[in-house]
Amino acid sequence: MFKTALHAFITAVKGLRITLAHLVGARRSRKALDVRKADYFTNQDGVTTVQFPREKMPIPEVARYQLDVEIDDCIVCDLCAKACPVDCITIESIKATDVIGKTSDGSVKRLYAAKFDIDMAKCMYCGLCTVVCPTECITMTDQYDRSTPRLADLTYSFAEMAPEEIAAKKREWAAFQAEKEAAKGR
Amino acid sequence: MAFYITYIVVAIVLFAFIALFTLFAVYSERKVAGFVQDRLGPMETGRYGSLQTLADILKLVQKEFITPSAADKVLFAAAPVVIFIAVFLGFAVMPWAPGLAPAAVHLGLFYVIAVISVDAIGLLMAGWGSNNKFSLLGSMRAVAQIVSYEIPAGIALISAVMIAQTLNMQEITLNQGIHAEAPALFLGIWDVGDIGGLLAWNVFQAPHLLLAYIIFFIASLAECNRAPFDIPEAESELVGGFHTEYGGLRFAFIFLAEYAMMFLVAMIGVVVFLGGWNTPLPNIGSLKLAEWTTGLGWGIGWTLAKTLLVVGVQLWIRWTLPRLRADQLMSLCWKVLTPLAFLCMALSGIWRVWVIGGG
Repeated sequence: MFKTALHAFITAVKGLRITLAHLVGARRSRKALDVRKADYFTNQDGVTTVQFPREKMPIPEVARYQLDVEIDDCIVCDLCAKACPVDCITIESIKATDVIGKTSDGSVKRLYAAKFDIDMAKCMYCGLCTVVCPTECITMTDQYDRSTPRLADLTYSFAEMAPEEIAAKKREWAAFQAEKEAAKGR
Repeated sequence: MAFYITYIVVAIVLFAFIALFTLFAVYSERKVAGFVQDRLGPMETGRYGSLQTLADILKLVQKEFITPSAADKVLFAAAPVVIFIAVFLGFAVMPWAPGLAPAAVHLGLFYVIAVISVDAIGLLMAGWGSNNKFSLLGSMRAVAQIVSYEIPAGIALISAVMIAQTLNMQEITLNQGIHAEAPALFLGIWDVGDIGGLLAWNVFQAPHLLLAYIIFFIASLAECNRAPFDIPEAESELVGGFHTEYGGLRFAFIFLAEYAMMFLVAMIGVVVFLGGWNTPLPNIGSLKLAEWTTGLGWGIGWTLAKTLLVVGVQLWIRWTLPRLRADQLMSLCWKVLTPLAFLCMALSGIWRVWVIGGG
């Protein structure tokens, strides 16, 4: 019994020495914050806290955080919405009567994007949408800090069409369809 | 009539001191925890988070009293009061400086130990009154622990009292410095009554008292329910132990009692073993360091410094050691600390009779 107690006492002293070293070591902060630096793993002493809004961890330029959509390059194929495991992308398309333009990589655009919403509150940053995108218009950026007090702010809208424009395009397509039907009926 | 006002003023001053100490101790506890774990601790409220605990207490004061419907209303409401008063009364006899103690009671040490024990009843009231399984388990553990650990703590204190030959805390302190009335013998051979300082402290007057102090320190950790003996609270298994159901000001009082208890047991250890308000600096020839640094202001300063140092060690231990299991706790108390404390007491008797030479 005394042997156990003595052992416990010795190991307790050992532990106390370690914590004291950390307590004293807390006078400085950890110097190397960038994991890409060669000395990162040799500078592990000191406080690890990064006081976030004021200090930031260095991140790589090609970091993959929040999604961004270059809507001019989008052909509204809906592949990203289908690939999304958490269904955070909502797309509504309106068919155009004719080719409406070309994306920067030469793909033909035949659909208007009436709605292109990404709910960043649901997004799990898997990046599957960026993989399937044929025109590479949906990408992940190095933005990660967009905190907001309102949940609605977390739904990012990328569509640029005004409501009247959407209504007009819808009417246009309806008229085109009606014309086609009429032509078929004749 | 006038002395009644003095009593009230003294009580208010002590309460203010305890409240301030608690604010400071909780802050330093969180900071020490942070630093030990390579974190920063509170940083946002005030400069370096210094107003954090003040904000916490303001929040607690504003909260409503919530009594569970199944609780025993009377016990539930009375428990925090009993817990706090038991600890608060202990401060009545603690000496702060030469001639400065709220009450110079001849049975001071006995009184403190007795009144601290009332704390256990308060804990049991809290646990039983809450009518909650976690609370009840926590309070059962607390009572078992406190009652058990009072034995080694008490006997370790007795072994010091046998050397000091008095229960008056002011006299115990007096005899550990340059104002000693009885001969202060360093290691029982060298009269250091004129040299004073560190050498005249009880732990150095009789070397086995160092062991007694360690026993007392460990037991006192258990008595104020602090890690590694915090099984009554055991956050990870019992939610909050006996104070699970408490909130608001009632919880604040339990918390206040806990930190006041830390200070009180640290102070008892300091007074009985570490020279109380006596200076650690000895007189060296014509360099009368001990005489220069003994006095009212110095006394309060030394008491505070020593006690806060011991409290600091308590914090340090809390953030280092994991919690003991209930059976380990009991076997440490009954199989290790109690026999060692009895050994200390026997040695004290022998020391008193053969080394110092009767009393």
